Amino acid sequence: MATPETREVDEIGISKDYQYGFHDDVKPTFKSRKGLDEEVINQMCDIKEEPDWMREYRLNAYEIFKQKPMTKWGGDLSQLDFDDIYYYVKASDRSERSWDDVPEDIKKTFDRLGIPEAERKFLAGVGAQYDSEVVYHNIVEELDKIGVVFLDTDTAIKEYPDLVKKYFGTIIPSADNQFAALNSAVWSGGSFVYVPPGVKVEYPLQAYFRINSENMGQFERTLIIADEGSQVHYVEGCTAPTFSSESLHSAVVEIVCMKGSRVRYTTIQNWAGNVYNLVTKRAMAYQDAQMEWVDGNLGSKLTMKYPSVYMMEPGARGEILSIAFASKGQHQDAGAKVYHCAPHTTSQITSKSISKDGGRSSYRGWVDVAKGAKGCKSHVVCDALILDRDSRSDTYPVIEINENDTNIEHEARVSKIGEEQLFYLMSRGLSEEEASTMIVNGFIEPLVKELPMEYAVEMNRLIQLQMEGSVG
Amino acid sequence: MCNDLIIQDLHVSVQGNPIIKGLNLTVKQGEVHALMGPNGSGKSTLAKGLMGHPFYEIDSGEVIFNDVDVLELEPNERAKLGLFLAFQYPTAIPGVSLANFLRIAASAVRSAETNGSENNELIPMREFRKELRAKMTQLGVDDSFARRYLNDGFSGGEMKRAEILQLAMLEPKIAILDETDSGLDIDAVRIVGESVSSLVGPELGVLIITHYPRLLDYIRPQFVHILLDGRIVESGGWELTQVLEAEGYDPMREKYGIAETVQENTI
Repeated sequence: MATPETREVDEIGISKDYQYGFHDDVKPTFKSRKGLDEEVINQMCDIKEEPDWMREYRLNAYEIFKQKPMTKWGGDLSQLDFDDIYYYVKASDRSERSWDDVPEDIKKTFDRLGIPEAERKFLAGVGAQYDSEVVYHNIVEELDKIGVVFLDTDTAIKEYPDLVKKYFGTIIPSADNQFAALNSAVWSGGSFVYVPPGVKVEYPLQAYFRINSENMGQFERTLIIADEGSQVHYVEGCTAPTFSSESLHSAVVEIVCMKGSRVRYTTIQNWAGNVYNLVTKRAMAYQDAQMEWVDGNLGSKLTMKYPSVYMMEPGARGEILSIAFASKGQHQDAGAKVYHCAPHTTSQITSKSISKDGGRSSYRGWVDVAKGAKGCKSHVVCDALILDRDSRSDTYPVIEINENDTNIEHEARVSKIGEEQLFYLMSRGLSEEEASTMIVNGFIEPLVKELPMEYAVEMNRLIQLQMEGSVG
Repeated sequence: MCNDLIIQDLHVSVQGNPIIKGLNLTVKQGEVHALMGPNGSGKSTLAKGLMGHPFYEIDSGEVIFNDVDVLELEPNERAKLGLFLAFQYPTAIPGVSLANFLRIAASAVRSAETNGSENNELIPMREFRKELRAKMTQLGVDDSFARRYLNDGFSGGEMKRAEILQLAMLEPKIAILDETDSGLDIDAVRIVGESVSSLVGPELGVLIITHYPRLLDYIRPQFVHILLDGRIVESGGWELTQVLEAEGYDPMREKYGIAETVQENTI
């Protein structure tokens, strides 16, 4: 691999040797022993110097976690060994605010991630999680001036204890599911965002993070509060190095969209093929608020992720746009959930999946309309593209309607790359692989066009890498 | 290097049924040929067979282009040599803009011309846009066309104009137009015909495959061939189109003792 200095950069500014399987020898400054018990949690709280309420919160969640049976639905979790995981790794002693203070080897990893310099200038803030702890977190002055808080969650607990305590765990309680309980017990890092009333953040706030310690679980905890009439776009991008043994990623993302606010949360994840990615994401949208999840899932051994929106008051709207790409040995069990808890709420779910080389993708969706929630509308579209005979696609939609005055539509389509499409593109000079890649990129275009430019480029490149060597 | 397309004793079948039964034809760069025949005579089979559609089985014969037998080559390799097929029924590629597709296709075709490398470097965006705009102006195509998804929701006329725009951008040596006039109203035939006509020159040889002579009012061929039952039964000049216009294919069928085929085998 080229050194950062000689690295070739294409016209859009992304490193040509952008790879996903590297592993820098960063020495963690603290690493808990494998496995989980009260002692590990207490040790973590001591090192983090957390307030008592958080210690109690974690220990309580751990009790819940112990009592929860292993999740049986979704994907195959039988090889996941909770005793074979490090639950806390700290890479650097303190959070960094300035790029100059970031340790050299960590910078090198960021360089390899190919985060272009221009992007850093362009963006309002870059938070990057490195080995369970945010080591670099830069907030530009403008954000401070308009009262927007953008911190790693650990720091937020110290600097904004009341705000965090008021909302933490209220959208996704510890008892919600097994992995929410686990995250609540051992969470580390993640972002905390607060946008004051009426403030519109013009640039996407984004965090890069990655797993870089073998057998280490990542348990970020993100909490976003959009106050009345505010607007924010949060972007989470992720590439992971490849390791031979299993790795667990189990994040919790909670979002509060107050009256008239608008929040978009964009994720592109490309986990190494050994990662279990079991994430709980949920937003509550109040009167006339709009919540949008844009979710792209590539890689991992098993992903289970169903971003959800609870529409709590009239006029609320939830939108979920998700793409899953399942390749060899991968199962993407992804989807969306919308709960119409109030009248005149609307939702739109667009799910696209691609299965290749024996990969399996499943759409698992839930549309719920509460009794008395009149005049709700929901539109669900599921498109699956299957690239070869060995691959598989399933759809598990649940629609539960307790109110007659509603309008629910569900469309599902499964397609294969047609011989005619391939021949047409090949007759124009494209190789079979280039032609297939173009068809797949076209298929996911509805998601890609919603992404910030750099991410759109990255997404297309990821698809290209996934498609490489796919034609025999 | 010889840029002529030389078809020698070509036999093509579809699902075991012989369709093209010993066809000979040479199209030179700079020449315009019309291949006319009724439904079922094998027109589309020939067009797709020449471009390498996997559905069409080549039983025997040779197609020499650029000094190689292209029957051994993948469709993209044929394209890189300078062969082009304007489709009768172009396929929609949703989500891929015409401009983006054309940039990748033009880059692929041209990289082969310069260094033969498999690794296609994209034509610089600025250069490509300038060229595309010029060609679109030349062909009278609306600017918004470039941003639309390839053939997705296009009308019949728009599809054919997109095909001709591709022809203009890819700059082949030999272009085969497969029933480019089918499904078009009179005005659309004129627009497409004039567009193709504006591209014809010493660098481009054209084989127009058609059922009706009306497209030929705009692109006057030097050579006209009549295809019946998989063989060229007569070749001549412009006068042959006049004979067909006046008499139809029936006297020709009688002359060569060929029964009317019910329906052409298309997919």
